[in-house]
Amino acid sequence: MSFLSYLINGVSLGSVYAIIALGYTMVYGIAKMLNFAHGDVIMVGGYVVYIAMNTYGLGAIPSIIVSMIFCTVLGVVIEGVAYKPLRGASSSLAVLITAIGMSYFLQNAAQLIFGAETKAFSSVVSIPPLHLADGKLTITGEAIVTVAACIVIMAALMLFVNKTKPGRAMLAVSEDKDTARLMGVNVNATISLTFAIGAALAAIAGALLCSSYPSLTPTTGAMPGIKAFVAAVFGGIGSIPGAMLGGILLGIIENLVKAYISTQVADAIVFGVLIGVLLVKPTGIFGKKVHEKV
Amino acid sequence: MAMLEVKNLEVSYGMIRALKGVSFEINEGEIIALIGSNGAGKTTTLQTISGILKPKAGEVIFKGKEITKVPAHKIVAMGLAHVPEGRRVFSQLTVYQNLQMGAYTRKNSAEIAETLRDVYSHFPRLEERKNQDAGTLSGGEQQMLAMGRAMMSKPDLLLMDEPSMGLSPILVKEIFSIIQSLHDAGTTILLVEQNAKMALSIADRAYVLETGSIAMSGNARDMLEDEKIKTAYLGQ
Repeated sequence: MSFLSYLINGVSLGSVYAIIALGYTMVYGIAKMLNFAHGDVIMVGGYVVYIAMNTYGLGAIPSIIVSMIFCTVLGVVIEGVAYKPLRGASSSLAVLITAIGMSYFLQNAAQLIFGAETKAFSSVVSIPPLHLADGKLTITGEAIVTVAACIVIMAALMLFVNKTKPGRAMLAVSEDKDTARLMGVNVNATISLTFAIGAALAAIAGALLCSSYPSLTPTTGAMPGIKAFVAAVFGGIGSIPGAMLGGILLGIIENLVKAYISTQVADAIVFGVLIGVLLVKPTGIFGKKVHEKV
Repeated sequence: MAMLEVKNLEVSYGMIRALKGVSFEINEGEIIALIGSNGAGKTTTLQTISGILKPKAGEVIFKGKEITKVPAHKIVAMGLAHVPEGRRVFSQLTVYQNLQMGAYTRKNSAEIAETLRDVYSHFPRLEERKNQDAGTLSGGEQQMLAMGRAMMSKPDLLLMDEPSMGLSPILVKEIFSIIQSLHDAGTTILLVEQNAKMALSIADRAYVLETGSIAMSGNARDMLEDEKIKTAYLGQ
């Protein structure tokens, strides 16, 4: 029974990774850049929810909505100020380094504004835990909401990308920017939209993460951000189902390792898995198979 | 009035001057061939007209409006479509989805459906393969898809970059007869080709581009007989 409970916690943690990884993977797919500041947007989202709930006394849902709006604007501003001017740069390293700089900037700005001390985050989830098998197995409300949110988000994104015009434009831009422009697609607007969606998802991830692990510091987003990046690569960067599967697998591996092997080496094993996957299948589980005839 | 006027276009890639003052014009209903060897600036000229590249100097005037500074994604809605070199179909989208991308700027779905029927009548092969990923098509089919996709915007002027590249002689003939039928249906065409013989046989007028400048221009039939053209571009 304890195995089952570790597994469920793993799926729940993995769902948070998956939501974050979706942002990584979409931005990579469309802008061909790794937005290393993505994890820190989660942290900002967490603080916005914290302030909305504790200072302004808003309810959980309105707080999350405020946080999503704030992070969406933040995401678009980060893209416009820090990344867009570098889009034509000859080296893609320039924008990567800028993203790392942006990550430190957000962490330090948060430390300046909110202080370095840990804030006790009160959960946004109010549904009671589920007791199964005569109380031997408990599933927290947070776990249920997190997994449900992940599934809904993933389904909505798949529908959006495949069935709507802006979604189709994203696919076109991800494959060939110049030709997308020739079709009449505004590439800059499409990239901004992608950052907006990624950041809104980060806000949700922030609220869910801090609800399950109720402590908030300026570096809260750093490690989950890196893990989600691993998840995105694991699943095949650029792939939406890949991000989902990669995130959940990573969460399960991490939790089982913590339970049965060692808490201390859990992260080492998680990153070891990444190295293993990359050695065997460099494009990840759902790596894009481009079959192009010339 | 000319449908397209290109005036003293100058384009550079860093220190390299690709176009050194190119001027030409296209009248409504014409097929114009732009021929020249590798690196003469043919593709650069097309990319500058459709807004992918921005010129250092000169202007592009389309249907009386200057479009030199208009962003590429707004030019297609004005009635100018570009079939890029190397087809550049969206390989992960289906044939049908590629065609829908061609109609991206259009709103009226009944009119789009009508254009789609028109495209399928020119390219029955595309209808047969409409649910197939574009990346799995043969080179000739991809060329047809790239042309059909451009037609989906219902352009007044169609720019075509090397439609015969890499195709077998039979397919080249097929592609050129489709270009002819598009023209007969009222589309003005600017055709860039290395296959000068085919291009000149279908065109009304032609311009010869040499290292970034127009070296020669005139009636396409006359050019087929011109000694200099024969030795330099027709391999005779």
